[in-house]
Amino acid sequence: MYNYTDFDTAFVAERNAQFRAQVERRIDGSLTEDEFKPLRLMNGLYLQLHAYMLRVAIPYGTINSRQMQQLAYIADRWDKGYGHFTTRQNIQYNWPELRDVPDILDALAEVQMHAIQTSGNTIRNVTADHFAGAAADEIADPRPVAELIRQWSTDHPEFQFLPRKFKVAVTGSPKDRAVTRAHDIGLRMVQRDGQSGFEVIVGGGLGRTPMIGKVLKDFLPQEDLLPYLEAIVSVYNLLGRRDNKYKARIKITVHEHGIDDIRARVEERFALLRAQFTGVDQQMLAAIEADFAAPLFKEKSLAGFEAAYTNDPVFRSWVDTNTTDHRATGYVIASISLKTHGQTPGDASSDQMRAMADIARDYGHDELRISHEQNVILPHVHKADLPKVHAALKAAGLATANIGLISDIIACPGMDYCALATARSIPIAQEIATRFDTLKLEHDIGPLKIKISGCINACGHHHVGHIGILGLDRAGVESYQITLGGDGTEDAAIGERAGPGFSAEDILPAIERIVETYLKIRSEPSETFLQTYQRLGLAPFKAALYPEVQANAA
Amino acid sequence: MPKAFTPKVITANHLLQGDVIYQTETGWTRTLAEAEVLTDEAHADLRLIEASQQTSEVVGVYLADVNLPNDTPSPTHFREDFRARGPSNYPHGKQEELTNV
Repeated sequence: MYNYTDFDTAFVAERNAQFRAQVERRIDGSLTEDEFKPLRLMNGLYLQLHAYMLRVAIPYGTINSRQMQQLAYIADRWDKGYGHFTTRQNIQYNWPELRDVPDILDALAEVQMHAIQTSGNTIRNVTADHFAGAAADEIADPRPVAELIRQWSTDHPEFQFLPRKFKVAVTGSPKDRAVTRAHDIGLRMVQRDGQSGFEVIVGGGLGRTPMIGKVLKDFLPQEDLLPYLEAIVSVYNLLGRRDNKYKARIKITVHEHGIDDIRARVEERFALLRAQFTGVDQQMLAAIEADFAAPLFKEKSLAGFEAAYTNDPVFRSWVDTNTTDHRATGYVIASISLKTHGQTPGDASSDQMRAMADIARDYGHDELRISHEQNVILPHVHKADLPKVHAALKAAGLATANIGLISDIIACPGMDYCALATARSIPIAQEIATRFDTLKLEHDIGPLKIKISGCINACGHHHVGHIGILGLDRAGVESYQITLGGDGTEDAAIGERAGPGFSAEDILPAIERIVETYLKIRSEPSETFLQTYQRLGLAPFKAALYPEVQANAA
Repeated sequence: MPKAFTPKVITANHLLQGDVIYQTETGWTRTLAEAEVLTDEAHADLRLIEASQQTSEVVGVYLADVNLPNDTPSPTHFREDFRARGPSNYPHGKQEELTNV
């Protein structure tokens, strides 16, 4: 893992000291809220519905056990004993008090963490494949590049006041687990003629105007990355619309000017900038890469694992559902579900955080990942240790075997917390998960991603959910709109709106009708929901969702 | 005929704790039932200006519609209902404080 240099440590300490002074000046009245708000947002501090919320960056979703322990400590000391893992691999605390935030930031700095650029119109926390450095299907570990981008983008003087926020995601695998096509810039690591480089995708995004990103450059040599990124953001910084918040993201800039025009401008800017990058960035990248060297994988006997797998059906179900192929022999990637049926998606108590930290330290080469699907990953677990890992997870209430299934729901905080929300998300997720658990159907249903957002801004990624749910305020009542067929992978697609929305009471029955229809019309049990949808389209689901319309038309 | 004025309360978040507060005739309260109910538009605007000036205590001041069953203000919109109660997934926020009284 990356370790802070003296420069990093000093930089974060200085920022924290500045923010401490800013908080003091806000409290003593020297700063107005209008003056203070942009300063607190730069440090991840929001004012939400019931309280302040602090968003802490977990760069490219990677943390170690000590950092996870510290997150638990912060939850106990200054919050209500839990944290919420988000769809951008961050953690949010929902209840800090203003006076305590500088102390929280200092506590984070003790373990090389911060909340810088987790908000505001800046380049946000860079996200990456949560299986990075472990996946069997990976070309290269994307995290060194993500760290390089973090260092380049943090406090970048030209990019502190962009037209709007700016999100970058990197994947090192052809299987896109980082939703790169729904980011302002998506980077896919590729090889061409033995040379390492990137496919650069630009102008993707969800929100009120969902767009799938377009390929700006199909092969960018690795050493050109930073000048090329700087060229893109710089073109956007000048061209992006500052007159209308809803048209200010780069996806609109690309849409309005066309990808060819943007490409020409970027190339022109790149030609000017290229010479300024003298190769220091590549030296730094090499040093960062050394920090991300793979752990020393061990060889162990699999006898205990095989016996447990054969004899313990609960263990077997968890292994089958929650583990993924690892690139090292004998190892797996184990996903810890933060989607216990009926609980809040993405929430972990401080005890659970400590349990995960201990497991990672003892059996997981001291590494943890946060996925954008709001789960925690143990990227390197030897199969021989899996029975012990599973037992420890079970003891902590973390052994739910539902990764990728219908109850593994993404949900934004919605109107239970968020000041922007137009409806609640969490109770809908809780009801759906509880219902399908009761029906004992979810393993039969198979892979199905439900994603719920509590407003048009789409933090819950509903546009790329196989079933997407968007909560809206319709004449003072919560109303839920369904989209179908969305996909966040390398075959990214925006879901299609099914029709009029449903009330909070009617949304669960509506989801049930969709799933019943799928089970009835799938060609065979191995055909997934998404495949059935792609084969037959919206019509059969629409008929099930709106039977009265069909009856009237007959 | 001008439209009838919906009764309102003045609400905001507390600067230090960040929690939801309501203006009373003499200060601020954390309980909606204790809020000053404004039934006259001109008076409401005046009180809003006064509240907005208290920048060292409160953040994000605005007028929220209320119903008045039994003369006690209660929210007309579900957002204000959540603000007056707390989140639905944990017994935190105001609902916690109310049960602790």
